[in-house]
Amino acid sequence: MAEDFGCHMVLLLVAPPLLLGVIQKTKAWFAGRSGPPLLQAYFDLAKLLRKGAVYSRTTTWLFRAGPIVSLAAALSAGLILPLAGANAPLGFSGDAILFVYLFGLGRFFTMAAALDTGSSFEGMGASREAAFSAFAEPALLLSLAILCVPARSVSLGDALAALPSAPAGFSHPAYLAAALGLFAVLLAENSRIPVDDPSTHLELTMIHEVMVLDHGGPDLAFVLYGSAIKLFVLGALLVHVALPPPPHGGFAGAGMLLGGELGLAVAVGCVESMMARLRLPRVPQFLVGASVLAGIGLATLLYRGAP
Amino acid sequence: MLGTILFAIALLCLSAFASALLTRFDRASLAIGTAGSVIACLTGLGAALLALVLREESAFRGTWSLPLGEPHVALDGLSAFFLVCVFGVSGLAAVYGSGYLPAFGGRRRLGPAVALFNLLVASMAGLVIARDGVLFLIAWELMTFASFFLVTFESEREEVRRAGMTYLVASQLGVIFLFILFVLLGRSAGSYDFDRFAAAGGLADTCFLLAVVGFGTKAGFWPLHIWLPDAHPAEPSHVSAVMSGVMIKLGIYGLLRTLTFLSAPAPWWSTVLLVVGASSGLVGIVHALAQRDLKRRLAYSSIENMGLIALGLGLGLLGQSHGNALVSFFGYSGALLHVLNHGLMKGLLFHGAGSVIHGTGSRSVESLGGLYRRMPTTASGFLVGAVAICGLPPLNGFASEWLIYVGAFHGAASLPMAGAVPALVAIPVLALVGGLAAACFVGAFGAVFLGEPRGEAASHAHEAGLAMRSAMLLGALLCIGIGLHPAGALRLVIPAVALVGRMPGLSLDASLPLLAVSRLAFVLALVVAALALLRWALLRRREVTQGATWGCGYSAPSPRMQYTASSFAQPLLAPFAAITQVRVTENGPSGYFPAEARYEEQIGDVAGERLLIPGTRRVVRALSRLRVIQQGRVQLYIVYIVATLVALLIFELTGAGR
Repeated sequence: MAEDFGCHMVLLLVAPPLLLGVIQKTKAWFAGRSGPPLLQAYFDLAKLLRKGAVYSRTTTWLFRAGPIVSLAAALSAGLILPLAGANAPLGFSGDAILFVYLFGLGRFFTMAAALDTGSSFEGMGASREAAFSAFAEPALLLSLAILCVPARSVSLGDALAALPSAPAGFSHPAYLAAALGLFAVLLAENSRIPVDDPSTHLELTMIHEVMVLDHGGPDLAFVLYGSAIKLFVLGALLVHVALPPPPHGGFAGAGMLLGGELGLAVAVGCVESMMARLRLPRVPQFLVGASVLAGIGLATLLYRGAP
Repeated sequence: MLGTILFAIALLCLSAFASALLTRFDRASLAIGTAGSVIACLTGLGAALLALVLREESAFRGTWSLPLGEPHVALDGLSAFFLVCVFGVSGLAAVYGSGYLPAFGGRRRLGPAVALFNLLVASMAGLVIARDGVLFLIAWELMTFASFFLVTFESEREEVRRAGMTYLVASQLGVIFLFILFVLLGRSAGSYDFDRFAAAGGLADTCFLLAVVGFGTKAGFWPLHIWLPDAHPAEPSHVSAVMSGVMIKLGIYGLLRTLTFLSAPAPWWSTVLLVVGASSGLVGIVHALAQRDLKRRLAYSSIENMGLIALGLGLGLLGQSHGNALVSFFGYSGALLHVLNHGLMKGLLFHGAGSVIHGTGSRSVESLGGLYRRMPTTASGFLVGAVAICGLPPLNGFASEWLIYVGAFHGAASLPMAGAVPALVAIPVLALVGGLAAACFVGAFGAVFLGEPRGEAASHAHEAGLAMRSAMLLGALLCIGIGLHPAGALRLVIPAVALVGRMPGLSLDASLPLLAVSRLAFVLALVVAALALLRWALLRRREVTQGATWGCGYSAPSPRMQYTASSFAQPLLAPFAAITQVRVTENGPSGYFPAEARYEEQIGDVAGERLLIPGTRRVVRALSRLRVIQQGRVQLYIVYIVATLVALLIFELTGAGR
């Protein structure tokens, strides 16, 4: 039990920034560059944590609270998701909904912090974030419903334990729909192409990056770390659907999860290298499409019965 | 307990009478009215809570006789729960009102407003304990009239008078359905006593529909909501808090009380409520996003929340009609807990909006900004309300939405196909409404309280007085408290759920699953505290400087360039333009030296403009044919009377009446 918890915490706290490095490396490989080192995100975090801070005179405590709350929310979400087959430290019946709403809480405070600066660019970013996440939320909850309905439970732990042990995506079309829906949500929620371009250099075209323009030092470190954790946690959910973990977890489970996450990071890098960003009015269509896909998955689940 | 409640009602009426008598002395009538309502609300709240905890039920029948039966009042789980909401929210509003109303002094007499407020609270409490049709309808109409006069408090303003008329007409149209409902029930029972009301089969179906329309008009279900977004901005803010926080909930109470008369629900009833809930929720929040008047935004958000409550009730009925107690429990308890939660958080938000209006004189979201520094208590209260109403953990809104979600998930997993599909549809609706609500309230909060002031009104704002601040503080603490320990609040709901869902064996232990939610809320708070500590430790010895907001290279930004609430909502509203009926008149800059440019945007209401107003017009046109008989000549009217009497005489003599 104790070692399961330790394993969970180590995975949750240490692994996330690695994914950012893998995505960067993949993109660099596509572009024929050598790219930043794999561990660049860790170096960035270490550097930012050593710095001081500059705050805008317009801001209030909310600006300082934004990064803290969003990081705390992502960490708490990580505590209710079972990683690598072991039970989640704080999982309970009904945690699937809390999982979604914790990210909502983090987003609320990130957006409030952005508006706190009074900058129209940051307001623009917050507005886009609000719009796209509102459209992403149904897709995420419908995908979770696909996982929860066969398990007859609203707990992420039960839902993942009830997955068939072969790659779930092939055992029932609903799981394929859930995996694709989750992948779309993962791209949108983590501000990745085709919804947002994390490496853009023009404030007008940014979404997530522009919201945190005024953050610096430890605050920015919290923001970066929080978004890495968010990517890792949502990714872990997706990896579990595609590659159900062994029932008792342990090191085999942890290895499988890490491998899956790295594969996912490569996939995200490939998407970023091969696709252009969608025009902003198209993004809701992309996300509504993901919801519809998940809805169709649910319909097949109801018609054909649970696997 | 019932005696104490009756005492509280009597105290409210007496203090209303006293403050009406003292109309010439503003301060005295305000003091007496406030003292009366605060004492009455505290005693009533205490009695209702005690009745819930002890699960005590009592009844009282009057010894005198009204024309249609004897007056009958009683207290049961459902009544006691709604009494908690009525007295709790109204007590806070009374305290707030004592600080808010004096600003109107000099322009208006305050006595009538105070008296009517107390009368409104008394009629709401009376409505909830009434157990016969006549008493119920008397209380209902009293509530409508008291609130009508409160809506038209600032009657010198044209839009206020219009709002009042719309409200009165809508309420009276709604009450017609209630009259029919009670007559139908009364005829089949032979009495207007609620204890004898019972309906099954076709009668039950008719009664259900009548109750949804009649009570739904008061509850603000879409598309019967049309009076609501006009009324709430018109009335004083503490009245908005009571009307939006509890009065419209009494529509839900009426619907639930009616359900207890009817036989086991038919499956399509739940579909009706789910459709009503989904449409109210979505349309309400889309409209809310489009509004520029802060109180109008809150009013539309009430429609959204009534939709969420209807979704919960629909799930409850769905579970009940399929014999699935789990789904039924989660649906009903989520809906009822949301009644309490929404009362608290909407009260808090309206109080916050009132303080903004009080402190700046402006209610336009677009012209404010930067109020956090000038009114920190109001802003913090509004922030708590905003996070809560978006249904975000760890505040109280999350607890009730969580219950509704869990009901929907269980329904999808365990009901047969015909029940699983409606339950499933609730999930994306709840999710989309949640996302839109977050956008709506972040946008409003950010535009009003964050950034730099956009005009004179905002830069000279002043914080609200002690009474107003303490009411907001208490409201915020209650929201946080229920959020951290929702299981405690759920215990208040369980007797009512047992009554409505016909689950007599339901014990208070049913609140246990929510303990896990509070455990996570505490973990979240702990992590936040730890991170805040870490940040403080890191920055303690380092250089922390102040600067200007990064302008992305532009060096002369002005506060008017900030993103407004409308620009914030624009990407979300574009897909929903058909609902908000946006009309744009644009005269853009043209040529090399543009002289002037204009952009004007008007927002309508699809239900009003496409459904209700054309419909009413058609009815009026059809009925105008009847004007032939209204000639205005007395002789003609005498002829009508004689003709009627003769007709009645013939009717009696020929024995056709027997």
